[in-house]
Amino acid sequence: MEKFTLHKGLVIPLDRSNVDTDAIIPKQYLKSISRSGFGPTLFDDWRYVKAGEPGMDHSKREIKKDFVLNQARYQGGSILLARENFGCGSSREHAVWALEDFGIRAVIAPSYADIFFNNSFKNGLLPLVLSESEVDELFKAVESNEGYQLTVDLEKQQVISLDGNSYDFEVDEFRKYCLLNGLDDIGLTLQYANDIKAYEKKRKQQAPWLFS
Amino acid sequence: MAGKTLYDKIWDAHVVRQEDDGTALLYIDRHLVHEVTSPQAFEGLRLANRGLWRADSIVAVPDHNVPTTSADRGNGTAGISDPVAKLQIDTLDKNCAEFRINEFHMDDIRQGIVHVIGPEQGATLPGMTVVCGDSHTSTHGAFGALAHGIGTSEVEHVMATQCLIQKKMKNMLVSVDGKAAEGVTAKDIVLAIIGEIGTAGGTGFAIEFAGEAIEDLSMEGRMTVCNMAIEAGARAGMIAVDQTTIDYVKGRPYAPVNSEQEATWDKAVAAWQDLHSDDDAEFDEIVRLHAGSIEPQVTWGTSPEMVLSVNAKVPDPANEPDAVKSKGISDALAYMGLTAGEPINKIKVDKVFIGSCTNSRIEDMRQAAAVVTDALANDKKVADNIKLAMVVPGSGLVKKQAEDEGLDKIFIKAGFEWREPGCSMCLAMNADRLEPQERCASTSNRNFEGRQGQGGRTHLVGPAMAAAAAIAGHFVDVRETGGEG
Ligand code: SF4
Repeated sequence: MEKFTLHKGLVIPLDRSNVDTDAIIPKQYLKSISRSGFGPTLFDDWRYVKAGEPGMDHSKREIKKDFVLNQARYQGGSILLARENFGCGSSREHAVWALEDFGIRAVIAPSYADIFFNNSFKNGLLPLVLSESEVDELFKAVESNEGYQLTVDLEKQQVISLDGNSYDFEVDEFRKYCLLNGLDDIGLTLQYANDIKAYEKKRKQQAPWLFS
Repeated sequence: MAGKTLYDKIWDAHVVRQEDDGTALLYIDRHLVHEVTSPQAFEGLRLANRGLWRADSIVAVPDHNVPTTSADRGNGTAGISDPVAKLQIDTLDKNCAEFRINEFHMDDIRQGIVHVIGPEQGATLPGMTVVCGDSHTSTHGAFGALAHGIGTSEVEHVMATQCLIQKKMKNMLVSVDGKAAEGVTAKDIVLAIIGEIGTAGGTGFAIEFAGEAIEDLSMEGRMTVCNMAIEAGARAGMIAVDQTTIDYVKGRPYAPVNSEQEATWDKAVAAWQDLHSDDDAEFDEIVRLHAGSIEPQVTWGTSPEMVLSVNAKVPDPANEPDAVKSKGISDALAYMGLTAGEPINKIKVDKVFIGSCTNSRIEDMRQAAAVVTDALANDKKVADNIKLAMVVPGSGLVKKQAEDEGLDKIFIKAGFEWREPGCSMCLAMNADRLEPQERCASTSNRNFEGRQGQGGRTHLVGPAMAAAAAIAGHFVDVRETGGEG
């Protein structure tokens, strides 16, 4: 997993609540058996005029010019700003892979759906929570200042704007530790293999029907 | 000390170890696997040179991508015309063979939607922790199990360690008190619940559904309710074990049996008696609904919380004081091609889909068939304006049962298509989908933009309501058509 320590980047404002994972990456792309290559089809239905199919040359497709990802001023953005309940819907980790493959390193929203939130950390994408009023303030700032950038400092748990405003955010200690060090969960868990075996032994006696 | 909730009990029984900050290693009893969210996990195992911790905990099945027309089935994956979909299913077959996982292949009668076949096979048992790389894993909570969806990284984690790294969720009780009216089904109950608490209302919670109207439900109905817990934002939904649960599980292939050496079934049933919340258990939040006031439900927007009674009118954004919500309503109406104030029972539909892990079990087939039987008795068939009405059973065994009862003939006679099992038009990964602007009465669980095909417009309903819409050509209160609910 890629480490996350400090990230500075251009902010893309996606002014919607309940952005669901079907919108982030439509189902036809879930047929892939790989983890990469989802960036060009991130927000596919909102980004392109016609529905796409896997294997197409997406650079040749007609785009919806108004959609925020297609606007010149937001090209190269790496921090996505959105409204509440971001990532609701399916468990597809492809949504996180698509955001990452596109170049997004952090999402800022007032709240997230649980599974998406979890999946993000496993891939080094930081979903950070600011209050509704702070998010609102950021939307206004982004829209009125072309080239608006933010710095996300995970160590200090702060989002800092160029004009020096800073916003504190909470993050789970364990998740922070894993992100800062780019640690792989499986390796960590396997350190406790003996605990897992001991649990299984005890459980097999209490509830043998769970092991057949 | 306060008593424990059902969730507390299952959680406590599965904690392998716990850190001071509450992060726990939670042991997983059953892992269900399908073709879409597993290939990258198997690949990850291979790259790290890791094996499975417990292959016998896994049951695999292809479902999301499988074709549902009989011409394309019965010859393994050879009948899948889409090469990308075919590769994904072939990859599952290959991975399961390599890692020695029990898989129900595409041409096995036990194949079906992962959340239908788990319970059907008895692979889902009370008190288990069940995971699957699919958000509707909450379905299995109907058995008094702790079941939730996980992402692909977690699929790989469970494969390699049999555990999940988790923090405990909060407890929510949703009590549906009193009896539901005649003709009001499990789907109407759960849609009404989502309408009440909202799509994010359950975020961070495990929801326990209780109350007389829930207890009255069959296991099929309980699965419908728990299936949609995720649509209320809750990863897990669950229902206490009672005699209905035990009767359903008994005799299924994976269920325990008594042998000469050990009375395993009796022992299991005794242990399951404790799978309910204690009387003095404390919930972080309690929501109560009166079953008697729930009417047949229809969603009108692009989020499952945008739901109303079939007898209501499409809402007006002008009446919503909150600016963000008001914009949400007008965006949804624009996408759905609806006008504020339009009566829901006047909305005409183009396609009807009866299926998905929410409503494709035998009871759902029977509910829909009952409406169709009545229509046939009155010389009515699928209305002329309906381009396609399809019934997709949840598994090969559901299909066979329905055919043994003659339900397929009823559907076909009235003009429905009777298909092979799979996810089908629930998410339209295969050929079954909506064209832009087509409107569908669907028994599935998500009405998101583009869910059933780009530009497609989905209205979620129960199976009887979907069948009634097919016959009338528009939404209609099934209780007024003379059909049984
Ligand atoms: S039927 Fe629909 S919701 Fe259920 S598992 Fe399949 S795609 Fe997901």
